[in-house]
Amino acid sequence: MSFPILSSILLAPVLGILLILFIPQKEDKLIKIVAAIATGLTVLLSLIIYANYDQSIGGLQFVENIPWIDDLGVTYGLGVDGISLPLVLLTALVIFTGVFASWGLEKRVKEFFIFLLALVAGVFGVFLTTDLFFFYLFFEIAVIPMYILIGVWGSTNKEYSAMKLTIYLLVGSAFALIAVIAVYLYTGLGTFDIQTLTQQTYDIGFQKFAFFLLMIGFGFLVPMWPFHTWSPDGHVAAPTAVSMLHAGVLMKLGGYGLIRAGIFIFPEGARFWAPVIGILCIVNVVYGAMVAMSQKDLKFVIGYSSVSHMGYVLLGVASLNTLSISGAVAQMFAHGIMTALFFALVGNVYNKAHTRMIADFGGLAHQMPRIAAGFVIAGLASLGLPGLVNFVAEFAIFVGSFRVYPVLTILAISGIVITAVYVLRVVQNVFFGPRNPKWDELEDVRGIELVPIVILCGVLLFLGFFPSFLMELINNGVDPFVQQYLTTPKVGGMF
Amino acid sequence: MAINFSLIIPEMLVAGLALLVMIISLLVPKDQKRGLAYFTVFGLIGVLVVLYFMLDAQGTLFNGMYIVDPFGSFMKILIVLSSIMAIMLGVEYVEKFITGFLGEFCFFVVFATLGMITLVSAGDFITLYVALELMTISFIILVGFGKHIFRASEAAIKYLLLSALSSGVLLYGLTLVYGAAKTTSINGVMEYIAQGETAPILVLGIIFMISGFGFKISAVPFHMWTPDVYEGAPTPVTALLSVASKGAAFGVLFRVFMHALPGNQELWMPIIIVLTVLTIVLGNFVAIPQKNIKRMLAFSGVAQAGYILLGLIAFSTVGVSAALFYAMIYVFCNMGAFGVIIAFSQAGGGDEVQDYNGLWKRSPFLAAVMLASLLSLAGIPPLAGFFGKFQLFKAIMEQGYVWIVFVALGMSMVSVYYYLLVAKAMYFKDPHEDSPIKVSLPIQVTLLAITLITLFLGIYPTPLTNLATQVAKTFF
Repeated sequence: MSFPILSSILLAPVLGILLILFIPQKEDKLIKIVAAIATGLTVLLSLIIYANYDQSIGGLQFVENIPWIDDLGVTYGLGVDGISLPLVLLTALVIFTGVFASWGLEKRVKEFFIFLLALVAGVFGVFLTTDLFFFYLFFEIAVIPMYILIGVWGSTNKEYSAMKLTIYLLVGSAFALIAVIAVYLYTGLGTFDIQTLTQQTYDIGFQKFAFFLLMIGFGFLVPMWPFHTWSPDGHVAAPTAVSMLHAGVLMKLGGYGLIRAGIFIFPEGARFWAPVIGILCIVNVVYGAMVAMSQKDLKFVIGYSSVSHMGYVLLGVASLNTLSISGAVAQMFAHGIMTALFFALVGNVYNKAHTRMIADFGGLAHQMPRIAAGFVIAGLASLGLPGLVNFVAEFAIFVGSFRVYPVLTILAISGIVITAVYVLRVVQNVFFGPRNPKWDELEDVRGIELVPIVILCGVLLFLGFFPSFLMELINNGVDPFVQQYLTTPKVGGMF
Repeated sequence: MAINFSLIIPEMLVAGLALLVMIISLLVPKDQKRGLAYFTVFGLIGVLVVLYFMLDAQGTLFNGMYIVDPFGSFMKILIVLSSIMAIMLGVEYVEKFITGFLGEFCFFVVFATLGMITLVSAGDFITLYVALELMTISFIILVGFGKHIFRASEAAIKYLLLSALSSGVLLYGLTLVYGAAKTTSINGVMEYIAQGETAPILVLGIIFMISGFGFKISAVPFHMWTPDVYEGAPTPVTALLSVASKGAAFGVLFRVFMHALPGNQELWMPIIIVLTVLTIVLGNFVAIPQKNIKRMLAFSGVAQAGYILLGLIAFSTVGVSAALFYAMIYVFCNMGAFGVIIAFSQAGGGDEVQDYNGLWKRSPFLAAVMLASLLSLAGIPPLAGFFGKFQLFKAIMEQGYVWIVFVALGMSMVSVYYYLLVAKAMYFKDPHEDSPIKVSLPIQVTLLAITLITLFLGIYPTPLTNLATQVAKTFF
């Protein structure tokens, strides 16, 4: 067996936790450096995987399989393909920059990084595993650290938001769990291996039942309207690094699960329920954007914009063709990077100004030109400007979905217009306008605080100009599945 | 008829140990009993080793009055393990709060252990009842320990009265079954039922038996004693009561219902299903408003009993194996939680949830152990409780009870809420006082072992699942 590179990605944060456990509480600096190295290692390893992934072969690569629970047929199986690899890369980038975004943290540093790394180990596990049992297990591992991270280091209504988030996520995962057990018992093969389960045939009634459970379950995570209310609250309350990880990565678990476990295993069930997802996702897009428009707190704006943007992912998923699903995966990646950037910037502003109310600001670009520049880039990415990776993703989704749901697609595109309104309004009210002497004390970001902003902006721009680095990989992962299981795309739909 | 005494070596050892501890305790001066406690622990560890090597042993003694089989041995391991942990965790607590009674504490724990391990091997209603009473009476004394503690005396009286009532009900049930089957042996009852006759008197007997056992495992609606007794009893006793006595009662319940009464399951299964669902729902909901952590754990224990009962509903190898797995895990989680309560109250802390405010600051170790134990009880990976619940759900879903899975999973989410309230107090709040809590070595070692086992079995449950599956084959 070759070097277990995927296990190394999974274990790097765990190793970090173990090291940090033995570092005394007061050695703040050392703890942060260990966390940075552990997460830097994951970035490095994911880049190595990206470089060595052989697209001409496609499918799962770097596979590791160790029988785990004989009784149940659970295998510790890891592997990446064109769908999971971008998301692994995303996770690594977001957590690495997240560590730097928390560089200024002073309160209970040791515990913070222990829980943060535990959280990220769970997230990596979800994207890396090829076994449905471990998929569920890793997801749940990620939830509880989140509760403590928000509850202890959060702001604004943190205890309420932390509990709400935890309960919502666990309820969502409970639905998924029932589907997982049901499919396991239905096949009677005694395996949770996702690939094997994908190759089985299921009768239509069971597909509808199982896909419904998965749709609700992962719908909680995405979050799909009307299960979304935990997410803006959670984003706002969470400390910066956790917001980044939460909006950047955790919400993608839902989309990923829906694609991997939902439509690939139960294509007929997906076809039956797709119109429902299609309609709900438009509510996401439009309603999320409308609510974002009326928010006064910067973090709430971004929180609701995430709800809105995840609607595009759902639209891509609901359209069930190669282009739209590839677009959905790309959108998950692009949105992850973009929101992480947003939260890193807002975190910086809040740390210095101790407020996030839009009305309090004005003309911040005079005092904080670098933050303003970063915010403008993130904002333009958010409204889908060509040249940034989000454009590519959204474009792919719309082209793919227009064939299936023309009316819904037009409605979704109108969401972009609303997005433009609220993003530009925020940029204008916060960063532009006359210089406000009240904020003259504020210093711009510099030194280590710049790391997340530079990396994330760089990724947005680089992949915006060279989208083939991302899109070809994703296409490579999505296309075989779609060809095999969704060969006759349902044209027309409800509208 | 030759009797194969080698099969009951563990019982003889425990009985010998109990008497030995009682005698030695009279000879040792009052202030030097700690050595005696550790002697008891070593004795019990010896029994544990013997039991481990006897796991495959199978046979009956005394004309079927006593059954030795892998299932019984598994439950005995569970019981002896709990007793060891209870003594390890309780030594200093007893020394501090019930000064001068450490010797008595030790030998009553051993006597209770004897009762419990006999109970799970009972092959006859007479043995069953005698063992049950030995266990119950020892527990009544243990609960009422510390006669100057008002609460404990109240709890003991309550436990005494309600135990007597439930024993009476159980006994009545047993006589009714005897009246129908004309035999007291479990095998005999099985043969009688296999003939397919269903006398009304038998049905009545089974219902009484369910309520008698329901009391011991604290299933709703026979759970009313649990919170009061758990709250009032000395915490090490509560810990033992919550795991070992429940485990033993589950052992005998499974044996009677799976061995003697499978012939007419359509008769009693609906009752068990209703009780289980009620137990899970009520236990979890009533745990939410509890302010006292011992009461909260009492109701959580009620709910957990419901989860273990799911294994009986599944009525399959998978179900029993899942229930056994879960029961074993439950021992570790509950002992972990109660161990922290013991250590905390030794340091002068109260039993209210809000007393645990800011525990992370005063003792990160205790807070971490409590968090791990509670999350394991809630069924959150990577802790062992998750896998236990997963298996139970799978087992009953296999039998087509999808709605029960929905209820049980939903309630499991409810349980996360109240377990997290404790986590919230420990991690989010600031402490009332800053003084660090010093945890003594035996407690530290025990808690560390418990936590590591919980974590290990959560990540890699295979050793225990294989064992449980093997053991579960006893019935099928």
